[in-house]
Amino acid sequence: MFSEFSIIADNLPDIARGAWLTVVTWLSSMFFGMALGLGLAICQRSAYAPVRMVVAGFDTVIRGTPFLIQLFLFYYAGPFVGLSLDPLPAGILGLSVYSSAYFSEIFRGGFESIPKGQLEAARIFGLSRWQTLTRITMPQMLIVIFPSLVNMMIILVKETAVLSVITVSELTATLSTLGSIHFAYVPTLTFLALFYWIMLELLSFVGKRVETRLARYLTV
Amino acid sequence: MFYESKGVGSFADAQRTGCREFGGLNFSFDIILDSLPLLARAAVGTVIFASAAFAIGLPLGLLVCTGSLSSSRLPRFLSRMFVSFFRSVPLLVLLLIAYYGLPAMGLNTTATQAAVMALSVCEAAYLSECFRGGFMAVPKGQVEAARMFGYSRWQTLLRIKLPTVIRLSLPAVVNEATLAVKASSLISVVGILELTRMSQNIAASTFRPLEIYLAAGAFYLVINIVVIRLGRFAERRFAIEGW
Repeated sequence: MFSEFSIIADNLPDIARGAWLTVVTWLSSMFFGMALGLGLAICQRSAYAPVRMVVAGFDTVIRGTPFLIQLFLFYYAGPFVGLSLDPLPAGILGLSVYSSAYFSEIFRGGFESIPKGQLEAARIFGLSRWQTLTRITMPQMLIVIFPSLVNMMIILVKETAVLSVITVSELTATLSTLGSIHFAYVPTLTFLALFYWIMLELLSFVGKRVETRLARYLTV
Repeated sequence: MFYESKGVGSFADAQRTGCREFGGLNFSFDIILDSLPLLARAAVGTVIFASAAFAIGLPLGLLVCTGSLSSSRLPRFLSRMFVSFFRSVPLLVLLLIAYYGLPAMGLNTTATQAAVMALSVCEAAYLSECFRGGFMAVPKGQVEAARMFGYSRWQTLLRIKLPTVIRLSLPAVVNEATLAVKASSLISVVGILELTRMSQNIAASTFRPLEIYLAAGAFYLVINIVVIRLGRFAERRFAIEGW
């Protein structure tokens, strides 16, 4: 049984490439998801009710349906509406859209945590809306929402595994394919589970450390 | 099968199946209508699997939670490892382990067993964290008062702590239930014929993924809205003035 574990060592370049792809998809969808989510959260503070309703509807639909179905829509149904994408871009697009709804909820909570008096004071001091957002609201808000952001990042790492279903050759796809080729599921799946376990434990450990550092800036 | 007669995308087919052109976009409501019975039947499967995962995950999660709040070290350590592992490993990987890994280690599992196993341990890990928050929020004075009145540990748990825990953790548990419905879409990967698998099959044979996956998404949305409504109803039932 232990000789089976040599499969990991023999295919290390492939596995490393898979792990790299997992990290790349994670980082890029996190970037786009956060940017889109921030945009959505700002739209949700719009004075126009229709804009707010569209954003709220988008959030409900994205949060109420499984990621797998959204992914199938982007990858398999995309060509029918003129959006032909390779697996990897389709996966990153799917993950970004999916996570943007969750990120927007987090940002919305952050916006609400800023006392109204501060915004009024900023306006009185002559700061523009943009200045108020970047100088007053965002720096304070980021500290408050940091734990939720880390939590969402962790969820995103796990969701990248789903991309293996649309043949993105990230770590899960690489290792489960190796397992079925060599009929050696025990070593490959053990390695796979350990990889995610260690990666996420590390991520949440770093998150906690940063969180305590950031908390020092909060003098509430 | 009803959809076998329908060909792929020719103009005659489009007319026969009632396609309408929306600015060059070919969208057929008839395909959705035709596949509604099959999707509805598959949606029942989704609900059954999600409920089964919840029915097993709830007591297991409570057990893990009491372990993590125990005063002795071993159960605390085991619970922490359980929660940490099953919350870090993606559900897809857990499914692969249950379906391919366990048989390789000599424990044969059917697709159904593997799916229920993976879903319920995952739920248990998440639910135990929901309950933990509830248990920590029970005022210590209440527990001390109960002990003063001669309640046993078991009675204190059942009569004093649990009602408060259920009330406090209900919103988190309902949220977890909607996540369970969504997570159950992944069991299509091991070949369980639930909503996602059914929509894949229909999309493959009708070559109409846009309509079918939108319809499947709508089914999931409806299921989750019902779950959330039920949750709100339960929250009102358990609500106490001044809490």
